[in-house]
Amino acid sequence: MRNTLAIAGKEFKSYLASPMAYVVTGIFLAATGFFFGTSPSTYIETSINGFLQAGVILILLFAPLLTMRLLAEERKLGTIELLLTAPVRDSEVILGKFLGSVFVLTVMLALTLYYPLLLNIFGDPDIGPIVTGYIGLLLIGYTALAIGIFASSLTSNQIVAAVVAIGILLALYFVGFASTFLPKALGDVVSYFSLSRYFPDFMGGIIDTRGVVYYLSITALFIFLAVRSLENSRWS
Amino acid sequence: MIKVENLTKYYGERLAVDNISFSVEKGEIVGFLGPNAAGKTTTMRILTGFLAPTRGEAWVAGYNILTNSLEARQRTGYFAESVPLYTDMTVRGYLSFLAKLRGLDRNRIKARIEDVVETCHLEEYIDVLIGKLSRGFRQRVGIAQAIIHEPEVLIMDEPTVGIDPIQVAMTRQLIKELGKERTVLLSTHILPEVSIICERVIIIHEGKIVAQDSIENLSSVVSGVKRFRLEVNGPSKQITEKLRRLPGVVRIRYDGSTYTVECAAGQDPRSKISEAIIQSGWTLLSLEAVEMSLEDIFLKLTTHEETEGKQE
Repeated sequence: MRNTLAIAGKEFKSYLASPMAYVVTGIFLAATGFFFGTSPSTYIETSINGFLQAGVILILLFAPLLTMRLLAEERKLGTIELLLTAPVRDSEVILGKFLGSVFVLTVMLALTLYYPLLLNIFGDPDIGPIVTGYIGLLLIGYTALAIGIFASSLTSNQIVAAVVAIGILLALYFVGFASTFLPKALGDVVSYFSLSRYFPDFMGGIIDTRGVVYYLSITALFIFLAVRSLENSRWS
Repeated sequence: MIKVENLTKYYGERLAVDNISFSVEKGEIVGFLGPNAAGKTTTMRILTGFLAPTRGEAWVAGYNILTNSLEARQRTGYFAESVPLYTDMTVRGYLSFLAKLRGLDRNRIKARIEDVVETCHLEEYIDVLIGKLSRGFRQRVGIAQAIIHEPEVLIMDEPTVGIDPIQVAMTRQLIKELGKERTVLLSTHILPEVSIICERVIIIHEGKIVAQDSIENLSSVVSGVKRFRLEVNGPSKQITEKLRRLPGVVRIRYDGSTYTVECAAGQDPRSKISEAIIQSGWTLLSLEAVEMSLEDIFLKLTTHEETEGKQE
């Protein structure tokens, strides 16, 4: 735990010291602000759905930009040698990195809290769907980070890491649409793996346990795969 | 302190380390010597837990590097060849991070940073970003991180490459100093370095250990061949010809001022040489026996197979 926190703290600090986190946060805020400000749902329903719908896609694109550095850069600079020869478990390395990126994403989403605040000042929004919407966004964001870390563990090239992660995320997001072209039984199974399947429920004010379990499982699965990928590099 | 048994490492199909065994006792400074791509770095990476061996076992500070890897790593300080550093951190931040990872508690970290910064002469640079440091200082930061947790075993992969001669001398002195209380395995391809710092040498070539012994013993092992250096006043061509024909002389080299005569084992043709020279009417200015330097030993051991191959 101590080691995990040490690594998480170090990662958080290097996010603050490098432009990437600021650029990503800046663009994320500008883009979601635009969609929040122009979406009819903001004015008609006094909901943050305009922000959420855009936010979820933007997170899928931006989370890999935050995570692409995490292991790929260590490999490129050779500092991975420091981490893997320190008395630290491989799982602690990955969890520390994950936690570091979780901090950044959480801060980034916390900065959007002024959208519901504005709604609250100028209208009377339903707080329930706002809270569940944020929960859904955080869950999907953490899933994206886990997938990003896994992709970063595969290569020493940050661009490749980002592209692979975005590829996996888009595939998981749109796999739900493929289900309409498949035989019903198969389509149902496939749609269970879709990142987009559960999000509308969260936006609508429902915390679906299946959704929570789904996002947490995918997160755990990719964290596990990243640990294995790191272990595997010792045996190459 | 370090024990290696039948260690083998393949990278895919390529054999990097071939069934090597050696041990390093507590308090020893052992030189790990070999040409590039001999398997030095691979062996060190296995000992530090960065790579897993394909076959064989190793113990560091009494802990098996596979089954008790964390304990072994805890007691090892490692200076990696590439000097891996986080360039976006200050020296202090970097040392503190690595000290934390190695389990030092907060108060201790502070005290240890002060210690190692002093040992490695980094006082003025402690709050400078590592990315802004020159190569020589980066090297020192690399050494500082290797000793910050006071490891029992130090594994240093080419710590004096790429820095200026004054810093090289300082680094060597430092390693010698450190070796008083610690076990040190030092890899290098700079031969004089080994004779300056180390008590014992392990020579590795193409993944195999070709020799391991104290430096004095090694010279006597290989010095089945004896060499003499002589200065003679006279026509060089004729002298070379004459000396070559003497019994027991294997090879002769003339470098413009001195002749180096290599003789077969167990032969001492000195009296014959001086006789031959004087009889021809030349003047023998000097004649002395040449000790095999570490360099000669190294070349002898590592080029052995190649010359044999050519003869076949």
